[in-house]
Amino acid sequence: MKPFIYSRAHQVPDAIRRLAVADRPVPIAGGTNLLDLMKERVVLPTRLLDINGLPLDEIRDLDDGGLRLGALSRNEDTADHPLVKARYPLLAKAILSGASVQIRNMATNGGNLMQRTRCPYFYDVNMPCNKRTPGSGCGALHGYNRMHAILGTSGECIATHPSDMCVALAALEAVVIVLGPEGERRIPFDQFHRLPGDTPQFDNTLSVDELIVAIDLPPKGYAGHYSYLKVRDRRSYAFALVSAAVGIELTDGVITRARIALGGVAHKPWRDPEAEASLVGHAPGDDAFENAASLLLRGAQGCGFNDFKIELSRRVIRRALDEACSSSLTPA
Amino acid sequence: MSQTTDDPKTAGLAWHEVKLHLNGEERTFRIQPWTTLLDLLREHAGCTGAKKGCDHGQCGACTVLVNGRSINSCLTLAVMQDGAEITTIEGLARGDELDPLQQAFIDHDAFQCGFCTPGQICSAKALLAKGGAITDDEIRESMSGNLCRCGAYPNIVAAIRAAAVSLESRE
Repeated sequence: MKPFIYSRAHQVPDAIRRLAVADRPVPIAGGTNLLDLMKERVVLPTRLLDINGLPLDEIRDLDDGGLRLGALSRNEDTADHPLVKARYPLLAKAILSGASVQIRNMATNGGNLMQRTRCPYFYDVNMPCNKRTPGSGCGALHGYNRMHAILGTSGECIATHPSDMCVALAALEAVVIVLGPEGERRIPFDQFHRLPGDTPQFDNTLSVDELIVAIDLPPKGYAGHYSYLKVRDRRSYAFALVSAAVGIELTDGVITRARIALGGVAHKPWRDPEAEASLVGHAPGDDAFENAASLLLRGAQGCGFNDFKIELSRRVIRRALDEACSSSLTPA
Repeated sequence: MSQTTDDPKTAGLAWHEVKLHLNGEERTFRIQPWTTLLDLLREHAGCTGAKKGCDHGQCGACTVLVNGRSINSCLTLAVMQDGAEITTIEGLARGDELDPLQQAFIDHDAFQCGFCTPGQICSAKALLAKGGAITDDEIRESMSGNLCRCGAYPNIVAAIRAAAVSLESRE
């Protein structure tokens, strides 16, 4: 690794103060993605600020019936937490379908949101990549793009966001709590990650002087009817080709509320409110599911090697909806 | 605790003092901040059991236990683990008496070249520490972060299952 200056922060205000200077350090929590990127020389920070000592690892009830996930709670602890398992089994299942035990033991909730794409052109510093080196081009667009995005792409970038946890958080309509010099901001999950457009170097809307302190889950957890369906090249420890997080509310056999988020297909977890609304008032069934899938996949476009993802997504959506609408599932 | 790390102005590219409870022993190391825990173990502590396979968290050969939990020691900085309790494969046996998992790996022929074995056993140790009955599918899922290029997987699963059963019968 390229040498850097290391320091620690023990209090949140101290960390915010240290991020407010021009020569600001890069925060490090679990480090599972950042250190890997540093070894590959994709990112070369001159300063690291170890934030593991900040008191941000608690998981606690919110007054509105929701749940607050501390930014520094480890992914494995979050998935294992009794309140998460009981009330948000969709989230627990999504987290446990990502990475390996060892990585989940280190990786934090905030860090999960901040992880970078695993696009091989982004990772290889000898390749063009607009995300890594703006203006250098996109190697994936006409390259080997089997893992790449089919929705919300631009001519500059077709990378996907690799997280499973974030797909569930999108479906659950979580809120990201961030702190900066100006105070606290609450960012609806859908507005946290962004599409590449002509500035793919920005993965999200977090400012460089802000820190994620928590993720708030709304009261609705869809514990009765949910699904996290992930299709990948091997059964475990692989990124999604396509994944779907689904939460459903059923009343007297009719869908009264639906949330669907897709992973592995875009620069951010992909939702479409019209697709979700189309299910309301219908009994679960092939026609309703197919219609929702068509709406969700409006505008989907492959780049060659990833063309198969369009039909795969359609099938994953239908199967996940079917699974979620079927009788209550046991918690993850 | 580290001496110089709290003041960003003086932290500089300094050497950092890191204290670890390593395999039951209090040890102090002077290292540079970009030293991974794996490099500290192998290059500074003389514990070469944990292996550098991929150095990217993909193979699990570097798996050790930090405060009882399995992690990839290649994906954490040693300086971030100051004060932690670290157990490597070298710390599992009691004198000449092997850990039940080590014995089970021998009994079930759960390795060929042995390169991945220290990581496999550390992952299995963390898995069994959780207690309770465990299915073969759960073993496979929990061990998916440990690759074995020799393909000894069936025997690895058998060894862990046997160790789990004997652990349960003793409880």
